[in-house]
Amino acid sequence: MNLAQNRADELFRSEVASWLEQNLSGEFAQLRHRGGPGDEHSFVEERKAWEQCMAAGGWTCIGWPEQHGGRGASIEQQVIFNEEYARAGGPGRIGHIGETLMGPTLIAYGSAEQQARYLPGIREGREFWCQGYSEPSAGSDLGNVKTRAEQAAESGEWRINGQKVWTSWATESNYCFVVARTQPGSVGHKGLGFFMVALDQPGVTVKPIEQLTGSSEFNEVFFDDAVCADSDLVGGPEQGWQVAMALLGFERGVSTLGQQMLFQNELDEVIALAKSNGSYRDVTIRQRIATAHTGLRIMRYNSMRMLAGGEDGSLSKEAMIYKLYWSSWHRNLGNLAMDVMGAQAQLLAGDGYQLSRLQGLFLYSRADTIYGGTNQIQRNLIAERALGMPREPRG
Amino acid sequence: MDFKFTDEQTMVFETAAAFLAEASDSAAVRSAMVAANGYQPGDWQRLCEEMYWQAILIPEAHDGLGLGFVEIAGILEKMGERLYCGPFIASAVVATSALAAAGSDQQQASCFPRLLAGQTAALAYLGRSDLWDSGAVTATLVADGDNWRLNGDYQLVAHAAGSDFLLLAAKRPNGELAIAIVETDSAGVTITGHPTMDQTRPLATVTAVDVTVTAGQLLNSGGCCAQLVDDLADIGAISLAADQVGGSQQSLTAAVDYTQERVQFGRTIASFQAIKHKAADMMLKVEAGRSALYYAACVAELWRQSSAAPGQLAEAAAMAKSYCSDAYYFVSGTAVQLFGGVGITAEYDIQLYFKRAKSTESYLGSGNYHRERLAEQLLGPASPADQEAL
Repeated sequence: MNLAQNRADELFRSEVASWLEQNLSGEFAQLRHRGGPGDEHSFVEERKAWEQCMAAGGWTCIGWPEQHGGRGASIEQQVIFNEEYARAGGPGRIGHIGETLMGPTLIAYGSAEQQARYLPGIREGREFWCQGYSEPSAGSDLGNVKTRAEQAAESGEWRINGQKVWTSWATESNYCFVVARTQPGSVGHKGLGFFMVALDQPGVTVKPIEQLTGSSEFNEVFFDDAVCADSDLVGGPEQGWQVAMALLGFERGVSTLGQQMLFQNELDEVIALAKSNGSYRDVTIRQRIATAHTGLRIMRYNSMRMLAGGEDGSLSKEAMIYKLYWSSWHRNLGNLAMDVMGAQAQLLAGDGYQLSRLQGLFLYSRADTIYGGTNQIQRNLIAERALGMPREPRG
Repeated sequence: MDFKFTDEQTMVFETAAAFLAEASDSAAVRSAMVAANGYQPGDWQRLCEEMYWQAILIPEAHDGLGLGFVEIAGILEKMGERLYCGPFIASAVVATSALAAAGSDQQQASCFPRLLAGQTAALAYLGRSDLWDSGAVTATLVADGDNWRLNGDYQLVAHAAGSDFLLLAAKRPNGELAIAIVETDSAGVTITGHPTMDQTRPLATVTAVDVTVTAGQLLNSGGCCAQLVDDLADIGAISLAADQVGGSQQSLTAAVDYTQERVQFGRTIASFQAIKHKAADMMLKVEAGRSALYYAACVAELWRQSSAAPGQLAEAAAMAKSYCSDAYYFVSGTAVQLFGGVGITAEYDIQLYFKRAKSTESYLGSGNYHRERLAEQLLGPASPADQEAL
C-alpha cells in the first residue's frame, strides 16, 4: 500500500493532459465544463463530434482490453484519465453509458458476433446507448419488470411491448438495453432476457420527463411491438437478470470514477464562493466545508480500495457502500452550496428557468439518492449481502 | 497509488488478530483496566517477546524490524478491535518515532535497546488541553551553567505512569522548543496517574520541578523541535484513528451478531429493517473511516521516510482523526442501542468500546478541532483580523 505514482503513470498523465489541452480547443473550446447534470442538452451535436474526436485520438474506452479496441489501461490510468478530463473541463460524456456499462457487459457476456457488431460503434463515438431497466411498477423492485418479449416461431425475431421510465439520454441514443420478460407468467428474477433494441424504429416512442431543474435528462420509453433480432439477445432468454446485475457491478465500479473530479470542481466552486462572500467566517460553514473536503477525499480512497479488488465487475463487500456514500455526500454538498450562497441563491441569472451550476446541483442531487437504487434499497443490500442479516420478506 | 496490502502485511495482520484474540480477550482487558498503571506489565513483556512489535519502527541497524506505518496502522486496527490496553501507541509509535526522527546516534544507541527489551517511553508536551500541537507547550527550559533546568506541568499524558523514560517538550527563553530525554526516576519528576472514565486508556499528569537536563539529553542536537512536536501529534492522531477503526469494526460485528441471536416478536431483531438500516449506516462509516486511515498511514510512512509534502501529514491526520472519531462514537453508540438493555450493563463489553470511542475522540483533538484545522488550510483563518495579518 503506497501513494507513489510510478513513472509510467506520470508519463500517461502528461500525455492525457497535453492531448486534452490541444484538442479541447477551436470548435470544441466552447464545450469546456458543459453538459453536466442540469445542462444535459447543451451542445449535443458538438459533444457527439467531440466523442469522435476523442475516439480518433484513442481516448474512448481506454479501460477495454486491447483486442476489443481499448488500451487495456490499468485502474490507476483510468483514474488519471478521468481526473485530467475533469481538470480540463471536458464536457459531459454522451458515450458514457456505452463505454462504461454496455461495452464491459458485452465484453463479459456477449457473443463474438455481438462484440464485433456493437463495440466499434461505442468505441468510435458513433453509436450511443441508454439503459432500459426501470418501469412504472418496477423502480426499486426491479424484479417486477412487466415489459414482455415474445419470439416469433418462424423468424426467431423478438417483439417487445411495455414501458421503461427514468431512461437517461434516450432522446440522444441509438440503442437501449432492455430487460424484458421472455417467459409469460414468470415472476421475480426468473424468465427475464437482456435485449439490445434499436430506438430508431416505429415501435419505439421516447417522451422526455421535465425535472425540477427544468431540464430533462430522463425519459419515458414506450415499446409497441418494437422489433429485436434474436442475435441481439445477450446471454440466454432466461439469463437477463444475471447480465443486468453484472452490469450494475460495472456501474458502481469503474464508471463512477469520473464523477469524483466533477464533484471536486463543484466543491472548489463552493469554497471559492465562501471565500469571496464572507461566509468563510461562519463556524458551521467552516465545519461543513471541511467535512465535504474530507468526505470527497475518502470517496476517492474508497474507490481505490474497491477497485483494487477485481476488474470483472464483481463487488467486494466494501464496494456496497459506494452508492450510498457518494449520493449522500453529493446531496449534502448541494445543500451546503445553497447555505454558502444564502438568500442570493434564489436569484436566477436569465429570463427563463436557467440555473447556475450550484443551483442545479442543489436540485439535481436530490435524484442521486433515488436513482440506481435508493438509499433505502442500498441499506437493505448492505445489511443483507455485506453483513449477512436476514432478507426482506417478498410478496 | 496502490491500496492493497502485500501478502507479508496481510500475514502480519492475521497473526496480530490471532495473538490479540487471546492475549487481549475480555478477561485480559478487564484485568488491565484495574491494574496499577492501566496495563499488566507481564502482558506487555509477552507482546514484546512473542510479537516483537515494539521493534516495528526501530531501524534494522539497531536490531529493529525497520517496518513502517502501514504495518503499524494494521496492527493498531487489531488492537482497537480488542481494546488493547498496553502502551503501544505512546511508546512503540510516538516516542520511538521521535527518537528515530531526531535522536542522535548516541541517543538511539542507548534508547533503542531499552525499548527493544520491553522498557517504555512517553512523550509529554501538553501544558494546556485546548490545543494539541507545539503551541500547547508551557514547560520551560533555562540554562544553568553547562546544563539546563526544566520546569513545568504536563497534562493528559497517555501511558506515562509505568514508563521508564520520558520525552519532555519545553520552551527555551527564545521561544524555541526543545525535547529532552528524561529518566522517569530523575530528581524533580513526579508522575500522577488518574482514574479515567475509559479505563482502557490511562492518563497521567507529569510534573517537572528543576529537573537537570544535559545537552546530551536534547533531541535534534539541541535544535528547535516545534515541527517535530506538531508532526508527532499528527502521528499520534493517525494512530488513534487506527484504533478507532478497529473499535468501530468490532462494535459493528458484535452488534450484528447480537441482533442475529436476539429474538423478539417471534423473529430475530436483525430481520427488522429499522435494525438493518442502522447496521448499514454503521458499516458505511467503518469502511469510510478505514479508507481515510489507509491514506493517512501511507502519508505517515512518507513522513517517516522524510518524503511527505509540506502540510500533507497535517491534512491526512486531520481528515482521519475527524472522520474516525465521529465514526467510532456513532458506531459504538448505535451498537449500544442495538444491544438494548444489556448494552448498558457492565457485563457486556460493548460499553467499553463506547467509552473508548469518547476518550479517543477528544484526545489529540476532536472532530471539530481537526475540521477547523482543515478549514484553515482550505479557507484561511476565520477572523478577518487574522486574515489581514497574513
